[in-house]
Amino acid sequence: MPETIPKDSVGLVQPHFMHFDEPLSLDSGRVLPSYDLIYETYGTLNPAGTNAILLCHALSSDHHAAGYHSTEERKPGWWETCVGPGKCIDTNRFFVVCSNNLGSCKGSTGPVSVNPETGKVFGPDFPLVTVKDWVKSQAIFSDRLGIKKWAAVVGGSLGGMQAMQWTIDYPDRIQHAIVIASAAKLSAQNIAFNEVARQAILTDPDFHEGHYQANNTLPRRGLMIARMLGHITYLSDDAMRAKFGRELREGKVNYNFDVDFQVESYLRYQGMSFVDRFDANTYLLMTKTLDYFDPARECDDDLSAAFKHALASFFVLSFTSDWRFAPQRSKEIVKALLDDDKDVSYVEVEANHGHDAFLMPIPRYLEAFSLYMERVAKDACV
Amino acid sequence: MNFELGPELNLISQWIKPNSRVLDMGCGAGTLMQHLGNSLGVTGYGLEIDPDKIALCLQAGINVIQSDIEEGLVDFFDEDSFDYVIMGQTLQAMRQPSRLLDEMMRIGKQGIVTFPNFGHWKSRVQIGLEGHMPVTPALPSSWHNTPNIHLCTLMDFESLCRERSIEILERKVMNNEHKTTIGTRLFPNLLGEIALYRFRKMEL
Repeated sequence: MPETIPKDSVGLVQPHFMHFDEPLSLDSGRVLPSYDLIYETYGTLNPAGTNAILLCHALSSDHHAAGYHSTEERKPGWWETCVGPGKCIDTNRFFVVCSNNLGSCKGSTGPVSVNPETGKVFGPDFPLVTVKDWVKSQAIFSDRLGIKKWAAVVGGSLGGMQAMQWTIDYPDRIQHAIVIASAAKLSAQNIAFNEVARQAILTDPDFHEGHYQANNTLPRRGLMIARMLGHITYLSDDAMRAKFGRELREGKVNYNFDVDFQVESYLRYQGMSFVDRFDANTYLLMTKTLDYFDPARECDDDLSAAFKHALASFFVLSFTSDWRFAPQRSKEIVKALLDDDKDVSYVEVEANHGHDAFLMPIPRYLEAFSLYMERVAKDACV
Repeated sequence: MNFELGPELNLISQWIKPNSRVLDMGCGAGTLMQHLGNSLGVTGYGLEIDPDKIALCLQAGINVIQSDIEEGLVDFFDEDSFDYVIMGQTLQAMRQPSRLLDEMMRIGKQGIVTFPNFGHWKSRVQIGLEGHMPVTPALPSSWHNTPNIHLCTLMDFESLCRERSIEILERKVMNNEHKTTIGTRLFPNLLGEIALYRFRKMEL
């Protein structure tokens, strides 16, 4: 943490737990008899309950969207850029909630949790969950928080998918959906990347069919390679060139398979540090959740039919250099919404950061986002 | 929000029926869409490419879609999506105005365009007598930095409409004070500086 908390940070925050005893039926046909959700909130819910914003996190992210857990914490929450007093999502005006998705390894019930029925860690036996399942759990969670309708549900990437699913499954409980760098379904290429990542984990000799904890080991190499691959796809060619070029770590090539180029060093570091903070079974599960998302499938592949009963206004954003969730994928969303005569605005931000752009302080992005949030505020009467 | 609706937009808005669906291509700051929404209950979208203007649209609270008019329409719009497709002061800056008119007729029941009339006497004098490309209140840029690459006269536009089987429903011509006078009515192609047309696909 910086020595003093910046004025535009929510500052020190604490996560909260909520326990649910009511069984949750999942898309897969399986049932979670009970579960916990971990979440954080920033700002204050107004007496009318109209100013609540739900943040949905992406693949490997969590409920810690803004602020710091302690003075020792090095980095703030994952969306510090956009969430805080006076920021795009202004915590002076909005009550902001971010919950960790089911199946995560960051505190909500998931593969690393103990299965109350067996007394052992779920591991690979944790059921696969879908975006629809998540949204269902978030709706139950909203009930418990006393929030009847979200002023906005906001998310980037996999988070944007949740925002879209909200408009489909709970049309009267969401006023605005803000869908950033997302897609209405993954392309074959995108699924292919996920499959390579999964194969890296599944074929790691230390994976033990997911029971690595029982074997006192971790599929470190597999998870590391999965993350390295993912990281490449989150950056653009330009961003990598700008960041690393062909810079050599020791100023010369070594004619061996150790690290020659800076980019190799960076990827290895990213991969290795990921292993310490993420779980392999969770990574497998989350990538499947991404692959399965396709709300149009239930409607004969007609996305506009899927959105037909949505009542929300939509704000769709994409970034020019994002090739993992390319602008064309966002345009497909917009096209479907236009076909349905929905309220929708679309902005394609010029940025060379690739998919990671949605986490970056890009002035055009923050400007458009803030201006749209004014509309959210107006509709929420705050 | 207070805003001044210029005479040109004012004339356009007189053509729009209440509660209709409108696409404003090259919507700028969204002034027309905002006005139509507030005063006539019109719904629809503005299309704009310039991020500064898009920001103004978001500020105005209108639905804005960032897109290039010439490349982007097929990405977004099906046939007959709108009651009116409007293109104010933009046609002359397009690479393929004729194709764009076809596109307007594909996605809208009616089209509305406005453009500076190149047949206005000032342009004729400057090019015919003085021998240089016109610079007038309606055409303020010099030849080398103008966005207007396909200027035309009223006569040219009307002949293109005939060629593309487009039926002109209404025409208004304004002088440089944005007024319709006896002169602009009698000699529109000579005395009109700004032309406004409302049209639809000819019934075959």
